[in-house]
Amino acid sequence: MSKAALEAIKKKFSSELLSEHAQHGDETLVVKKEKLVQIAEFSRDDAELAFDVLVDLTVVDYLIEGRTPRFEVVLHLRSTSKKHRLRLKVPLEEGAPKVPSVVGVWKSATWMEREAYDMYGVVFEGHPDLRRILLYPEFEGHPLRKDYPMARRQPLYRRPERQGDVWEQKHILSGPAAGDHFKGTYDLDR
Amino acid sequence: MTSIAEHLDPTGVALPTETMIINIGPVHPAMHGTVRILAALDGERIVDADVQPGYLHRGFEKECENVTWAQVFPFTDRLNYVSPILNNVGYAMAVEKLLGLKVPERAEYIRVVAGELARVGDHLTCLAAMGMELGAMTVFLYCIRARDRIYDRLEELTGARVTHAYCRIGGVKEDTPEGWAERVLGDFDEIRGALDDVERLLLKNRIFMDRTQGVGVVSREDAISWGWTGPCGRASGVDYDVRKDHPYGVYGRLDFDVPVMDTGDCYARFYVRLVEMHQSLRIIDQALAQMQPGPVLCEEHRVVLPPKREVYNTIEGMIRHFKLIVDGIRVPAGEAYAFIEGGNGELGFYVVSDGTGLPVKVRCRPPCFIIISHMGNMIRGHSVADIVPIFGSLNMIGGECDR
Repeated sequence: MSKAALEAIKKKFSSELLSEHAQHGDETLVVKKEKLVQIAEFSRDDAELAFDVLVDLTVVDYLIEGRTPRFEVVLHLRSTSKKHRLRLKVPLEEGAPKVPSVVGVWKSATWMEREAYDMYGVVFEGHPDLRRILLYPEFEGHPLRKDYPMARRQPLYRRPERQGDVWEQKHILSGPAAGDHFKGTYDLDR
Repeated sequence: MTSIAEHLDPTGVALPTETMIINIGPVHPAMHGTVRILAALDGERIVDADVQPGYLHRGFEKECENVTWAQVFPFTDRLNYVSPILNNVGYAMAVEKLLGLKVPERAEYIRVVAGELARVGDHLTCLAAMGMELGAMTVFLYCIRARDRIYDRLEELTGARVTHAYCRIGGVKEDTPEGWAERVLGDFDEIRGALDDVERLLLKNRIFMDRTQGVGVVSREDAISWGWTGPCGRASGVDYDVRKDHPYGVYGRLDFDVPVMDTGDCYARFYVRLVEMHQSLRIIDQALAQMQPGPVLCEEHRVVLPPKREVYNTIEGMIRHFKLIVDGIRVPAGEAYAFIEGGNGELGFYVVSDGTGLPVKVRCRPPCFIIISHMGNMIRGHSVADIVPIFGSLNMIGGECDR
């Protein structure tokens, strides 16, 4: 990545920048979460940066290392035209970790943020449909947190009080099709 | 006398309809992968769809955090279980990046040859399944027969047909067996023959064309925004191949072309895979010719197990072996992201180490999870029958999508 482009984003968001490094050649910026969406939009729209692809979004839990803040959201960006890459990291406090969603900037964040929420319980504010994706809705806890025990088992059963997620409420629980036909199929689920 | 039409529809526009919810999957004969699709239908047209993966979720990342760095390899085999060698290579490269390790040249070539064989096997499986789901059983048999030859060669090389666990941190498990390269080249005729047969059977087949052309079209803008890579991305005009754009290993010395199409439909995704296999065979041909004798595992004592002769005869060798097995390889603290061209696109591994023998995090960037995330939008507006070619052309691999 060109020095000038990296300097441009660092200068524009100098108050947001916490630290930076280029370990093993991966250029990394650690930024505060408040203006993440603006940083994302700038890095996508700026002609020199042109990060049009969100390659990956994940979370790391540093509980055992005792690092504070405990969580870190990690975004990997790639530019199709410039062929360069950047890693953005956003530290998050323990408790109720929240971070602005970047779905509005890169659509590929839709499922990645759902997975991060599913596995770490990080809430992406502004995500249109934040619900579990790989695990089932009844699952308790977030398994990739370091304090989730490896050996814990959760039996799979349906709770009668379950309210349904956004999609189900839109189409199934309140829609005109919530008739006998639907019940027959829905009971097959999971 | 009044006409019937007046009674039926006072506005003269349409009959009142209700949407109907149907549940497709998670187990369905036309779905090679366990995914559930909840579809809201208006007649036969899909008005909304919710794609729900996760039925094959095994907790890959959680497992990785509780084993040593070297013990992760068998788990990576089970990500994209159609091309396990590529997963092995991707993970090994990530750890080698953290360690700053240089892999011997011969090992790099073996990784390329085995990886490209795995890629051909991956694409053959996709074509086979897609053909079969559209009624072309013959295509399935031809492709699987050719794939079996690849599995035979990989079995000779690695000792296992499917879950190879062949790569090691710092190289590969062992050298190629006697006469292996000749046997690989000897299989090319059969593989190329199968590819030509598939081409003749399907590419100008009226039924196949009608069911795939113009179906499931993804524009270049959408493909980029949804993070598509690999054959699906290239079928939509995203000219990106990790082997060309960020050459790793010895790909910089090999001559090959990257097919790109711009129609973005199921037919294009099928065709791109077909052409790519010919390119993979070209790569194997060159790599086997350039390969020189030499070590296949680096000699870094902190990383590589000592030879058995030393383990059984010297106390130093014994201790080194014991420490590497029980404590694991000490990987310096830090983070690294390594990525290769997997069967379905950019296969990345983001690894974090705190300097102990266990990984803090091993994140796999699964190409097909990210491709499937757009599928709900792709099938919207299509008929139920179109789910089959669309889903087939995306080549979802459950093990990789759900991890």
